[in-house]
Amino acid sequence: MRISLLQTLNAERAARRLTAVVTDITSGAQRLVGENAVADDELGGALAAQMRSGKSGTLTHNGRAFHVTVYSPPLRLVLVGAVHISQFLAPMAKLADFDVTIIDPRTAFASKARFPDVKLLALWPDEAPPIQNLDHYTGVALLTHDPKIDDPALIAALRADCFYIGALGSRKTHGARVERMTAAGFTPADMTRIHAPIGLDIGAVSPVEIATSVLAEIILSLRKKPLRTEVAA
Amino acid sequence: MKQTDILETAQKWSESGKGVALATVVETWGSAPRPVGSHLVIDETGNFVGSVSGGCVEGDVIAKALDVIGDGRSRTLEFGVADETAWRVGLSCGGRIKVYLEKIEP
Repeated sequence: MRISLLQTLNAERAARRLTAVVTDITSGAQRLVGENAVADDELGGALAAQMRSGKSGTLTHNGRAFHVTVYSPPLRLVLVGAVHISQFLAPMAKLADFDVTIIDPRTAFASKARFPDVKLLALWPDEAPPIQNLDHYTGVALLTHDPKIDDPALIAALRADCFYIGALGSRKTHGARVERMTAAGFTPADMTRIHAPIGLDIGAVSPVEIATSVLAEIILSLRKKPLRTEVAA
Repeated sequence: MKQTDILETAQKWSESGKGVALATVVETWGSAPRPVGSHLVIDETGNFVGSVSGGCVEGDVIAKALDVIGDGRSRTLEFGVADETAWRVGLSCGGRIKVYLEKIEP
Protein backbone atom coordinates (compact mmCIF):
# COMPACT_ATOMS: atom_id res chain seq x y z
CA MET A 1 0.00 0.00 0.00
CA ARG A 2 1.35 3.40 -0.99
CA ILE A 3 1.65 5.84 1.93
CA SER A 4 -0.42 8.37 -0.08
CA LEU A 5 -3.31 5.88 -0.22
CA LEU A 6 -3.02 5.23 3.52
CA GLN A 7 -3.01 8.99 4.21
CA THR A 8 -6.15 9.49 2.11
CA LEU A 9 -7.81 6.49 3.79
CA ASN A 10 -7.12 7.90 7.26
CA ALA A 11 -8.42 11.33 6.19
CA GLU A 12 -11.63 9.79 4.80
CA ARG A 13 -12.13 7.82 8.01
CA ALA A 14 -11.55 10.93 10.12
CA ALA A 15 -14.21 12.69 8.02
CA ARG A 16 -16.60 9.78 8.74
CA ARG A 17 -17.02 8.77 5.09
CA LEU A 18 -17.68 5.14 4.13
CA THR A 19 -14.59 3.96 2.22
CA ALA A 20 -13.18 0.72 0.77
CA VAL A 21 -9.70 -0.38 -0.26
CA VAL A 22 -9.85 -2.69 -3.30
CA THR A 23 -6.80 -4.90 -3.98
CA ASP A 24 -6.38 -6.93 -7.19
CA ILE A 25 -5.12 -10.22 -5.72
CA THR A 26 -3.04 -11.15 -8.79
CA SER A 27 -1.38 -7.84 -9.63
CA GLY A 28 -1.44 -6.26 -6.18
CA ALA A 29 -2.86 -3.07 -7.75
CA GLN A 30 -4.82 -1.09 -5.17
CA ARG A 31 -7.37 1.68 -5.17
CA LEU A 32 -9.47 3.62 -2.68
CA VAL A 33 -13.20 3.85 -3.42
CA GLY A 34 -15.46 6.30 -1.62
CA GLU A 35 -19.21 5.99 -1.27
CA ASN A 36 -19.78 8.69 -3.88
CA ALA A 37 -17.45 7.15 -6.47
CA VAL A 38 -18.59 3.53 -6.13
CA ALA A 39 -21.02 3.80 -9.09
CA ASP A 40 -18.09 4.56 -11.43
CA ASP A 41 -15.94 1.64 -10.20
CA GLU A 42 -15.56 -1.45 -12.40
CA LEU A 43 -16.91 -3.60 -9.54
CA GLY A 44 -20.04 -1.39 -9.49
CA GLY A 45 -23.12 -2.72 -7.71
CA ALA A 46 -21.37 -5.65 -6.04
CA LEU A 47 -18.88 -3.29 -4.43
CA ALA A 48 -21.64 -0.87 -3.42
CA ALA A 49 -23.53 -3.72 -1.72
CA GLN A 50 -20.35 -4.90 0.02
CA MET A 51 -19.68 -1.38 1.31
CA ARG A 52 -23.24 -0.91 2.53
CA SER A 53 -23.09 -4.21 4.42
CA GLY A 54 -20.06 -2.85 6.31
CA LYS A 55 -18.31 -6.22 5.87
CA SER A 56 -14.97 -6.84 4.18
CA GLY A 57 -14.59 -9.76 1.76
CA THR A 58 -13.48 -11.01 -1.65
CA LEU A 59 -15.23 -10.10 -4.93
CA THR A 60 -14.70 -11.72 -8.34
CA HIS A 61 -15.14 -9.78 -11.58
CA ASN A 62 -14.32 -10.98 -15.13
CA GLY A 63 -12.26 -13.84 -13.71
CA ARG A 64 -10.20 -11.59 -11.44
CA ALA A 65 -10.42 -11.67 -7.64
CA PHE A 66 -10.26 -8.59 -5.44
CA HIS A 67 -9.89 -8.18 -1.69
CA VAL A 68 -12.32 -5.53 -0.50
CA THR A 69 -11.64 -4.04 2.92
CA VAL A 70 -14.54 -1.86 4.04
CA TYR A 71 -14.00 0.99 6.49
CA SER A 72 -17.23 2.13 8.11
CA PRO A 73 -17.05 5.30 10.18
CA PRO A 74 -16.32 4.67 13.88
CA LEU A 75 -19.49 4.30 15.93
CA ARG A 76 -20.73 7.10 18.10
CA LEU A 77 -23.24 7.16 20.90
CA VAL A 78 -24.90 10.36 22.12
CA LEU A 79 -26.62 10.22 25.50
CA VAL A 80 -29.07 13.05 26.06
CA GLY A 81 -29.28 13.40 29.83
CA ALA A 82 -26.46 13.39 32.38
CA VAL A 83 -28.61 11.15 34.58
CA HIS A 84 -27.95 8.21 36.88
CA ILE A 85 -28.37 5.65 34.05
CA SER A 86 -25.77 7.55 31.98
CA GLN A 87 -23.23 7.20 34.78
CA PHE A 88 -23.26 3.45 34.02
CA LEU A 89 -24.15 3.46 30.33
CA ALA A 90 -21.34 5.85 29.32
CA PRO A 91 -18.40 3.78 30.68
CA MET A 92 -20.02 0.52 29.51
CA ALA A 93 -20.50 1.87 25.97
CA LYS A 94 -16.90 3.13 25.94
CA LEU A 95 -15.72 -0.41 26.74
CA ALA A 96 -17.79 -1.61 23.77
CA ASP A 97 -15.77 0.81 21.58
CA PHE A 98 -18.37 3.54 21.14
CA ASP A 99 -17.25 7.16 21.03
CA VAL A 100 -19.58 8.46 23.78
CA THR A 101 -20.78 12.02 24.40
CA ILE A 102 -23.28 13.13 27.03
CA ILE A 103 -25.39 16.25 26.45
CA ASP A 104 -27.43 17.97 29.14
CA PRO A 105 -28.05 21.72 29.49
CA ARG A 106 -28.65 21.33 33.23
CA THR A 107 -25.25 22.10 34.71
CA ALA A 108 -26.15 20.49 38.04
CA PHE A 109 -26.44 17.20 36.16
CA ALA A 110 -23.69 17.73 33.57
CA SER A 111 -20.86 18.08 36.05
CA LYS A 112 -17.33 16.77 35.71
CA ALA A 113 -17.58 15.38 39.25
CA ARG A 114 -20.46 13.10 38.19
CA PHE A 115 -18.82 12.15 34.86
CA PRO A 116 -15.04 12.27 35.29
CA ASP A 117 -14.03 10.29 32.19
CA VAL A 118 -16.68 11.07 29.59
CA LYS A 119 -17.06 13.81 26.97
CA LEU A 120 -19.67 16.06 28.50
CA LEU A 121 -21.44 19.06 26.94
CA ALA A 122 -23.59 21.32 29.14
CA LEU A 123 -25.58 22.54 26.12
CA TRP A 124 -29.09 22.32 24.72
CA PRO A 125 -29.22 19.60 22.04
CA ASP A 126 -29.81 22.18 19.29
CA GLU A 127 -26.56 23.93 20.23
CA ALA A 128 -24.47 20.76 20.60
CA PRO A 129 -22.21 19.83 17.67
CA PRO A 130 -22.76 16.05 18.10
CA ILE A 131 -26.50 16.58 17.60
CA GLN A 132 -25.91 18.94 14.68
CA ASN A 133 -23.68 16.32 13.03
CA LEU A 134 -25.63 13.10 13.57
CA ASP A 135 -25.25 10.39 10.93
CA HIS A 136 -26.14 6.77 10.25
CA TYR A 137 -23.20 5.54 12.34
CA THR A 138 -24.44 7.31 15.48
CA GLY A 139 -26.86 6.01 18.09
CA VAL A 140 -28.90 8.36 20.29
CA ALA A 141 -30.40 7.55 23.69
CA LEU A 142 -32.86 10.08 25.16
CA LEU A 143 -32.73 9.81 28.92
CA THR A 144 -33.92 13.09 30.46
CA HIS A 145 -37.71 12.46 30.64
CA ASP A 146 -38.03 16.15 29.71
CA PRO A 147 -39.53 16.89 26.26
CA LYS A 148 -37.84 20.31 26.21
CA ILE A 149 -34.47 18.54 26.14
CA ASP A 150 -35.30 15.17 24.54
CA ASP A 151 -37.52 16.30 21.65
CA PRO A 152 -35.05 18.49 19.71
CA ALA A 153 -32.51 15.64 19.88
CA LEU A 154 -35.16 13.13 18.79
CA ILE A 155 -36.13 15.26 15.79
CA ALA A 156 -32.47 15.56 14.77
CA ALA A 157 -31.95 11.79 15.20
CA LEU A 158 -35.01 10.93 13.07
CA ARG A 159 -33.85 13.26 10.30
CA ALA A 160 -30.28 11.91 10.39
CA ASP A 161 -31.08 8.19 9.90
CA CYS A 162 -29.29 7.21 13.14
CA PHE A 163 -28.84 3.43 13.46
CA TYR A 164 -30.35 3.48 16.94
CA ILE A 165 -32.82 5.79 18.66
CA GLY A 166 -33.99 4.92 22.16
CA ALA A 167 -36.20 6.97 24.47
CA LEU A 168 -36.68 6.51 28.20
CA GLY A 169 -40.22 6.70 29.54
CA SER A 170 -43.35 4.63 30.04
CA ARG A 171 -45.71 3.60 27.25
CA LYS A 172 -47.94 6.52 28.23
CA THR A 173 -45.01 8.96 28.06
CA HIS A 174 -44.10 7.50 24.67
CA GLY A 175 -47.70 7.87 23.45
CA ALA A 176 -47.52 11.59 24.19
CA ARG A 177 -44.12 11.72 22.46
CA VAL A 178 -45.54 10.06 19.33
CA GLU A 179 -48.37 12.63 19.30
CA ARG A 180 -45.85 15.50 19.45
CA MET A 181 -43.68 13.99 16.70
CA THR A 182 -46.72 13.30 14.50
CA ALA A 183 -47.81 16.91 14.95
CA ALA A 184 -44.27 17.90 13.90
CA GLY A 185 -44.79 16.03 10.61
CA PHE A 186 -43.20 12.63 11.24
CA THR A 187 -44.86 9.46 9.90
CA PRO A 188 -45.88 6.21 11.66
CA ALA A 189 -42.89 4.55 9.92
CA ASP A 190 -40.59 7.12 11.55
CA MET A 191 -42.14 6.29 14.93
CA THR A 192 -41.29 2.57 14.55
CA ARG A 193 -37.61 3.56 14.56
CA ILE A 194 -37.85 4.75 18.17
CA HIS A 195 -37.10 2.10 20.78
CA ALA A 196 -39.49 2.96 23.60
CA PRO A 197 -39.76 2.08 26.38
CA ILE A 198 -35.97 1.99 26.05
CA GLY A 199 -33.89 -1.19 26.48
CA LEU A 200 -34.37 -4.92 26.03
CA ASP A 201 -36.91 -6.41 28.40
CA ILE A 202 -34.62 -8.16 30.88
CA GLY A 203 -36.62 -7.00 33.88
CA ALA A 204 -34.08 -4.26 34.62
CA VAL A 205 -34.75 -2.28 37.81
CA SER A 206 -31.62 -0.45 38.98
CA PRO A 207 -29.78 2.17 36.87
CA VAL A 208 -26.93 -0.24 36.07
CA GLU A 209 -29.42 -2.90 34.98
CA ILE A 210 -31.26 -0.41 32.76
CA ALA A 211 -27.92 0.69 31.27
CA THR A 212 -27.18 -2.98 30.51
CA SER A 213 -30.54 -3.43 28.77
CA VAL A 214 -29.99 -0.25 26.71
CA LEU A 215 -26.46 -1.24 25.62
CA ALA A 216 -27.75 -4.70 24.67
CA GLU A 217 -30.48 -3.08 22.56
CA ILE A 218 -27.93 -0.81 20.85
CA ILE A 219 -25.74 -3.81 19.99
CA LEU A 220 -28.81 -5.67 18.72
CA SER A 221 -29.67 -2.76 16.41
CA LEU A 222 -26.11 -2.73 15.16
CA ARG A 223 -25.45 -6.42 14.60
CA LYS A 224 -28.75 -8.16 13.97
CA LYS A 225 -29.20 -6.58 10.52
CA PRO A 226 -26.90 -4.82 8.05
CA LEU A 227 -26.07 -1.31 9.18
CA ARG A 228 -27.36 0.13 5.97
CA THR A 229 -30.35 -1.88 4.83
CA GLU A 230 -30.85 -2.31 1.11
CA VAL A 231 -33.36 0.18 -0.22
CA ALA A 232 -35.70 -1.22 -2.86
CA ALA A 233 -35.22 0.61 -6.16
CA MET B 1 -7.38 -0.74 20.18
CA LYS B 2 -9.63 0.66 17.49
CA GLN B 3 -9.01 0.05 13.80
CA THR B 4 -8.54 3.82 13.28
CA ASP B 5 -5.69 3.92 15.74
CA ILE B 6 -4.01 0.96 14.01
CA LEU B 7 -4.05 2.64 10.60
CA GLU B 8 -3.02 5.98 12.07
CA THR B 9 -0.12 4.24 13.76
CA ALA B 10 0.87 2.70 10.41
CA GLN B 11 0.85 6.16 8.82
CA LYS B 12 2.80 7.72 11.69
CA TRP B 13 5.47 5.01 11.70
CA SER B 14 5.88 5.22 7.93
CA GLU B 15 6.05 9.02 7.93
CA SER B 16 8.73 8.90 10.61
CA GLY B 17 10.92 6.89 8.20
CA LYS B 18 10.38 3.38 9.56
CA GLY B 19 9.81 0.35 7.37
CA VAL B 20 6.20 -0.74 7.96
CA ALA B 21 4.07 -3.73 6.93
CA LEU B 22 0.28 -3.99 7.04
CA ALA B 23 -1.40 -7.36 7.63
CA THR B 24 -5.11 -7.72 6.80
CA VAL B 25 -7.40 -10.70 7.41
CA VAL B 26 -8.83 -11.32 3.92
CA GLU B 27 -10.68 -14.63 4.36
CA THR B 28 -11.91 -16.72 7.28
CA TRP B 29 -13.48 -20.17 7.52
CA GLY B 30 -15.14 -21.65 10.57
CA SER B 31 -14.73 -19.99 13.93
CA ALA B 32 -11.97 -17.49 13.26
CA PRO B 33 -11.29 -15.13 16.15
CA ARG B 34 -11.00 -11.87 14.16
CA PRO B 35 -13.24 -10.87 11.23
CA VAL B 36 -12.19 -10.15 7.65
CA GLY B 37 -10.75 -6.64 7.47
CA SER B 38 -8.92 -6.82 10.83
CA HIS B 39 -5.44 -5.29 10.76
CA LEU B 40 -2.05 -5.85 12.36
CA VAL B 41 0.67 -3.27 11.74
CA ILE B 42 4.34 -4.16 12.17
CA ASP B 43 7.46 -1.98 12.00
CA GLU B 44 10.98 -2.97 10.99
CA THR B 45 12.03 -3.63 14.58
CA GLY B 46 9.08 -5.89 15.34
CA ASN B 47 6.85 -3.38 17.18
CA PHE B 48 3.22 -4.13 16.40
CA VAL B 49 -0.35 -2.96 17.09
CA GLY B 50 -3.69 -4.61 16.31
CA SER B 51 -4.42 -8.30 15.75
CA VAL B 52 -5.37 -10.79 13.06
CA SER B 53 -6.23 -13.63 15.45
CA GLY B 54 -6.66 -14.18 19.14
CA GLY B 55 -2.88 -14.07 19.44
CA CYS B 56 -2.28 -17.57 18.01
CA VAL B 57 -0.55 -16.63 14.73
CA GLU B 58 0.70 -13.09 15.35
CA GLY B 59 4.26 -14.27 16.00
CA ASP B 60 4.47 -15.91 12.58
CA VAL B 61 2.84 -12.92 10.82
CA ILE B 62 5.35 -10.57 12.46
CA ALA B 63 8.29 -12.74 11.35
CA LYS B 64 7.00 -12.77 7.75
CA ALA B 65 6.32 -9.02 7.94
CA LEU B 66 10.03 -8.38 8.39
CA ASP B 67 10.63 -10.23 5.08
CA VAL B 68 7.96 -8.09 3.40
CA ILE B 69 9.54 -4.89 4.73
CA GLY B 70 12.88 -6.18 3.42
CA ASP B 71 11.93 -7.12 -0.14
CA GLY B 72 8.71 -5.10 -0.65
CA ARG B 73 6.77 -8.07 -2.06
CA SER B 74 3.20 -8.66 -0.86
CA ARG B 75 2.35 -12.16 0.37
CA THR B 76 -0.73 -14.11 1.36
CA LEU B 77 -0.39 -16.33 4.43
CA GLU B 78 -2.79 -19.05 5.45
CA PHE B 79 -3.25 -20.50 8.92
CA GLY B 80 -5.52 -23.23 10.18
CA VAL B 81 -5.91 -26.79 11.33
CA ALA B 82 -5.55 -28.07 7.75
CA ASP B 83 -2.14 -26.44 7.54
CA GLU B 84 0.91 -28.60 8.29
CA THR B 85 2.05 -25.88 10.68
CA ALA B 86 -1.19 -26.34 12.65
CA TRP B 87 0.57 -27.73 15.67
CA ARG B 88 3.13 -24.99 15.55
CA VAL B 89 1.16 -21.81 14.80
CA GLY B 90 -2.36 -23.03 14.03
CA LEU B 91 -5.60 -21.65 15.36
CA SER B 92 -6.62 -23.50 18.48
CA CYS B 93 -10.29 -22.61 17.80
CA GLY B 94 -10.32 -24.85 14.70
CA GLY B 95 -10.90 -22.04 12.24
CA ARG B 96 -8.78 -21.01 9.27
CA ILE B 97 -7.67 -17.56 8.21
CA LYS B 98 -5.94 -16.01 5.22
CA VAL B 99 -3.82 -12.92 5.87
CA TYR B 100 -2.62 -10.49 3.20
CA LEU B 101 0.71 -8.93 4.11
CA GLU B 102 1.95 -5.83 2.26
CA LYS B 103 4.58 -3.15 2.70
CA ILE B 104 3.61 0.48 3.22
CA GLU B 105 5.48 2.10 0.33
CA PRO B 106 6.83 5.50 1.41
